[in-house]
Order: sequence, then C-alpha cells, then structure tokens
Amino acid sequence: MYAYDEIDRTLVNERVSEFRDQVKRRLSGELTEDEFKILRLQNGVYLQLHAYMFRVAIPYGTLATDQLRALAHVARKYDRGYGHFTTRQNIQFNWIKLAELPDALEDLSKVGIHAMQTSGNNMRNVTSDQWAGVAPGEIEDPRIWSELIRQHTTLHPEFSFLPRKFKIAITASDHDRAAIKIHDIGLKLIKNEKGETGFEVLVGGGLGRTPFIGKTIKHFVHGRDILSYIEAILRVYNQYGRRDNIYKARIKILVHELGIEKFSREVEEEWRHIRNSSLQIDDEVIEDIRSRFTYPNYEKLPHMPDELRQAAADADFEVWRKNSVAPHKVQGYSIVTISLKPIGAPPGDATADQMDALADLADKYSFGEIRVGHEQNLALPHVAKRDLPALWKALDKLGLATPNVNLITDIIACPGLDYCSLANARSIPIAQELTRRFANHELANLIGRLHINISGCINACGHHHVGHIGILGVEKNGEEVYQITIGGRADESAALGNLIGPGVKFDEVADVIEDVVEAYLALRERPEELFIDTVKRLGVEPFKERVYATR
Amino acid sequence: MTSPLEQKKIKIAGPSVVTANRTWDGIVVYRTAAKSWSADLSEAAIVRNSDEAKALLAESVADDVGAIGPYIAPVQVGADGKIEPGNLREQIRLTGVTIGQSAQA
Repeated sequence: MYAYDEIDRTLVNERVSEFRDQVKRRLSGELTEDEFKILRLQNGVYLQLHAYMFRVAIPYGTLATDQLRALAHVARKYDRGYGHFTTRQNIQFNWIKLAELPDALEDLSKVGIHAMQTSGNNMRNVTSDQWAGVAPGEIEDPRIWSELIRQHTTLHPEFSFLPRKFKIAITASDHDRAAIKIHDIGLKLIKNEKGETGFEVLVGGGLGRTPFIGKTIKHFVHGRDILSYIEAILRVYNQYGRRDNIYKARIKILVHELGIEKFSREVEEEWRHIRNSSLQIDDEVIEDIRSRFTYPNYEKLPHMPDELRQAAADADFEVWRKNSVAPHKVQGYSIVTISLKPIGAPPGDATADQMDALADLADKYSFGEIRVGHEQNLALPHVAKRDLPALWKALDKLGLATPNVNLITDIIACPGLDYCSLANARSIPIAQELTRRFANHELANLIGRLHINISGCINACGHHHVGHIGILGVEKNGEEVYQITIGGRADESAALGNLIGPGVKFDEVADVIEDVVEAYLALRERPEELFIDTVKRLGVEPFKERVYATR
Repeated sequence: MTSPLEQKKIKIAGPSVVTANRTWDGIVVYRTAAKSWSADLSEAAIVRNSDEAKALLAESVADDVGAIGPYIAPVQVGADGKIEPGNLREQIRLTGVTIGQSAQA
C-alpha cells in the first residue's frame, strides 16, 4: 500500500471544497452548463443516458480495505448499491446526483480517494499491472514509478489542456497484464547491461475509431530520466497534436502521420533541452516513494500446506484453484483473482455488500489489500496458501468464486447503450447472453483461454480491437448491428483483430460466436493450441466460412 | 442509435419531443407545453415540424438551470394519444437499463 503525504492529503481536501463551491454555483445558475462542464469533467463527472456518472480513480489498481469500504459506502448512500469497475482501473457510479456529489467526494477524500483527471483532456489515471509487487520474475514494483508519474502529472499546468486525453500504463513483467501497447505511452521496466533500471518506452498506441499498436520510441531510458523523457513526448504532442479535429487529436494520429522516426527526432530534440534539468530524478525521491509503499510481513510458510493438500479432494475447490489462483513471488503465498463475471451478470459490476464483504476478506486473508485489473476483475495479492480453502468458501457465498478467469465467459464489456450517451448499441446484454451460452465450466475449460471484448460504439471502451474475439456494436438503419473481429490481443504480443464478415443483428451475435468457437474446436491442431494461435495459423477465412456459409 | 450529441441539423420526420437531464440529479426529463420539465413522457410537448422543434429546443436550451443537454428525440403517438419513445435509445432512457440485475432503482 502507498501512504499519501501531507501534500497529497491537502490537495485532495482542497479539491473537494473547490468542487463543492462549483456545484453550488452551478445549481444556483451562477455557472452555466457550458462553464461548468469542463469543471465537472476535471472531477470525473459525466452526463450519461439516465443520470450523471461519477468516475473515481484507483491509481495503479491498488486499494486498501478502508478505501474499498468507502467505495461501497458511496454505492449504497449516493448510488443504487453497486459500482462498475472499468478497463482502466477506475470505478464508475451510474446514478449519482449532482447535488450530492460533493458529499460523496468528501467521503472518499477521507480515505485518500479522488476523481481528479479521470476525464478531460489531461493525463488520466496511471495504470499498472494488478499483480505489481507480487508477480514472480518482476524487475521491480512498477507502482513506484506509476506513483512518481502520478505525482508529477497531477494538475500539472502543462498537461491540463492537452489536445486530447492521455493515458500511461506501466508493467515490469514479461507477460503484459497492463496492456501497455494500447496506451498513449506504454512503459516496460527493464534492466540494461549494467544492471540499471530503466524503461523501454512505447508511444502512439490506442484504440477508438483509429486503432494503433504502440511503437517503441526508445529501447532504454534510464529511470532517473523518465520524467524528462515523458515530458519531452508530451511537449511534442502539445505542440503538434491536432486540436481542430477531435477524431485526429490523440497522439497515436500524430505518431502515425509524422512517422515514428520523425516523431522520435522531435522528442530527442526536446529532451536534449530538459534532460539535465530539475526533472532528473534523485535517488532520494525514488527512495522516498518506495518507502511510502508498505509490504506485508510475510511468514515463512511451506510450499504445500496441509490445508491445501486436504482441500484438493474437493473437485469444485480444485476447479477454482486451478483457474483463479496464481503463483506469488513469496513461497507459501498466492495471488487470487476474483472474477467479477458471474454467469448472466454485467461484467465488472460489484454490489456494495460484495465490496464490504471483500474488504473484510482482504483484511483477514490479504494483509488488507485489493487490486483492480484492466480486465474488470479484482485480485487479492497476498493470500497464504493455507487460507485458500477458507477464502474460496467465503467468496463462493458472496457469488465471487466463478472459476472463469481468462476463459470465454471472462468478458470485457463497456456499459454500452444501457448507460452510455455515446453508445450506438448495447454491450452488456450481449455479454450476459454469451456467459449463459458458455456457462458450463467443462466446456469453457475445453475451449481454454479466450478473451471476448465488447464495445457499444467505435470509441472502443470495451477494447474490442484487441479481444481474441472482438464485438463492436454499431447502428445501421436504426437497428443494433454487431461487427465481429478475431485475432486481436492486448498482451506483450498485442495485435488488432480482423473482421470476419458483415455485421449481424443483436439476436444473432451469440449464435455467431458459438459458430466461431465450434470452428476453432474443429480446427485446432491439439487441445493446447489456444484460440488466438489457431487464428494466427489459419487466418480469418475458415472462421468466416463457418459463420457465413449458412447465413 | 446515433447519439443525439452529434445532432447538428434539426430535421424531424415525425412527432418529436425535447428531452434532457435534470440538472440537480440528472434524471431524464421532457419539455412540457407549460415551459417546464417533467419526468413523465405523457406530459411532453409534441412538435411535428422543424420550426416547432427549433422553437421548443431554443426555449429548452435557455432554461440552463433546469435541465442540461436538451435535444430533439423522436416519439410515436398512438391513436389513443399515448406517447411512446421512437427508438431504442429513448426507450432505454424512459424505462431503464435492459440488463436485469442492475436495473432496480
């Protein structure tokens, strides 16, 4: 966990007072909506179909139990008893009243949570690997660097009015769980030949109506130089990024139009001026941030405790353990992923009661810490293996032990037309139907790792471009129509999916996905060949034939 | 459904209403003939041509404190005078999300 210092606490508290005054002036008519809009957006407040939506940041996906309880409290007191975890380590409340927002913000500020820069054309929440600090083989905890960048960019005047929103993600593992290649800047922590810590820097990734996979702009930037290098990128973007056309304003368009070589030269030139400035990071600064992260006092525990050995006789427990429990860097401990994808339910939703109960379980079994992943699931990062059976039973009672992590029912979906004012089509009901179709765990397990991503419009909040199967809802002649892509992925081998053919109607989507999956099962060379690998080997055609031959 | 946020030209093909979200709590409201806002679609003022629509929208935009983001939305008016939303988006705004569990108020 990270402990805020006095500067951060003051900033968060002052922000509440400021926003309270802004809301008061808006409700009295002193501020028009045009004047107020930019202010509310700077505090994570959107207007959606049914109500205001309030987006709260969970920096680098780390939550303390008092923070999760505060989110539950907001869901219960100010909303309709649940919250929605997003694909960028935020949580959204869908039914909040503007008049009550300052109170909600104040309640959250008491535990160091805020909504600054969760919307608007500024630096958004810096995201990271939800297994940061506990994943085996990690270079080092990427949250230290995430926090450094968060501090530097929060309310930074130069980054507060960018051409468009700007997103950074950081990973420190070979397997990318933070989707860094689809971010404006992706950072991968690495060591150079001297053993020094630094970053491979990627730039220009992003989805939306013009998707791009990020390109490596520099193979190694020393850790002490990372702020100046990021600042150089942002200055080039600020100078040349388009402000005349919202659809061409993201940095990915600039990188694409200039070309990575020219863009890189511009950045180098800018960097030359600022590299040896006050932006160079002292070791003391890093150590200060590092010291504010606390880590559990792990016990020395056996690799295979008796409790786990005995529980192995329970087939249901074993199904869950094999699916949802991952190795930890400390012997005797595990990382437990908690699926927020129960069969038939909206992906990423958690009720206030579930959040409270999960906070209790995290206190009991995970040193009071919870993580949020971009896949819209949660994780308990420090669970002793001996506690796994008891934890599983408790999670099961809460409806939080669905053993479908990374399987076909672990669907990423945006809120879609059920909530979102930008959406053209519904996402959540498609996800719900698909989870019902593939509810049988043996079937889902037989299919193996398969990520379905659904977006209800071209803005791609459900990251459909990088789903193994991507589903994009559009509108055609007043009807919802869905385009299906296959072959996308969001990890270290990130790729954009390819369209398999004409769009299909709402009622046909689940049938089409079943056809795609049946084709895969028939085409794969062996059970271990994952869907994504079969698509890579064979291309789109055999799937297209299967889907459209009878349609 | 094409987002009304992209609504630039006012061109209506049938009976329409002006809808928005109430400022203080964000709920869906409709402009009434009495120059106020109502959460009840049956109380909405119906416009049937572009000039009427423009006038109702202009009046609605002027009431910036009452509601935000007003736009023209299609409706269907039954033989009995009952007003129904004219597309899925407006149906969802009127009757709520279509996804079960999270729909309860």
